Amino acid sequence: MIRVQREDFDFGQEVAALSAGNKGVGGVCAFSGLVREMAGETEISAMTLEHYPGMTEKALAEIEAEAQTRWPLEKTLIIHRYGRLEPGDQIVLVAASSAHRDAAFDACRFLIDWLKTEAPFWKLEESEKGASWVEAKDSDTQAQARWLEKDQED
Amino acid sequence: MKILYFSWVRDKTGVSNEELTPPVSVTTVESLIDWLKEQSAGHAQAFTDVSVIRAAVNQEHVKLQHPVGPDDEVAFFPPVTGG
Repeated sequence: MIRVQREDFDFGQEVAALSAGNKGVGGVCAFSGLVREMAGETEISAMTLEHYPGMTEKALAEIEAEAQTRWPLEKTLIIHRYGRLEPGDQIVLVAASSAHRDAAFDACRFLIDWLKTEAPFWKLEESEKGASWVEAKDSDTQAQARWLEKDQED
Repeated sequence: MKILYFSWVRDKTGVSNEELTPPVSVTTVESLIDWLKEQSAGHAQAFTDVSVIRAAVNQEHVKLQHPVGPDDEVAFFPPVTGG
């Protein structure tokens, strides 16, 4: 399931729903991303997430479908927030449930790695110095590339 | 053609979206960028360094050599930073 929303979400409730009523589930793995108070040496007062309505939902649905084809999963969930957030606020939640832990762990990692380089979101950080757009990290591209390298090895 | 801009690309062009009719010589994302650069000083500034520009055609990531047509929705933005 995909959700792009301004509102906050309840981590426990969302993750519980991935196994609710399904006794075939042997494990659930979840990752949530939060607004960190520091960006390097700079203290952040707020962060505004912009996105591309329409393409965002499409990109997330594709990422979820890709995970579903790669691993035997029961359920997957991607929630991504947009709008103005403050340090400590939740930004994103990805989770996967499966009969066994390996698929749940791998799918969870895959979902966040791919989302970071494919989903059209942009972060604007506010600090005492003013507002500035966050630059993409090479490490994120490399994290996605690791999955592509694995594909070639398989 | 519907053209959208996000993040600092929008800050520089000064518009979030516009409906434009490029000449028939514009057939790829790359040639669209060249034409857009002539439209205003802000557009020229936004596309100064094309290596930091990413594009989507009809809401799919594409390379700059990808074709574009009059009915397409084309978006320009920096590398994404969500998650």
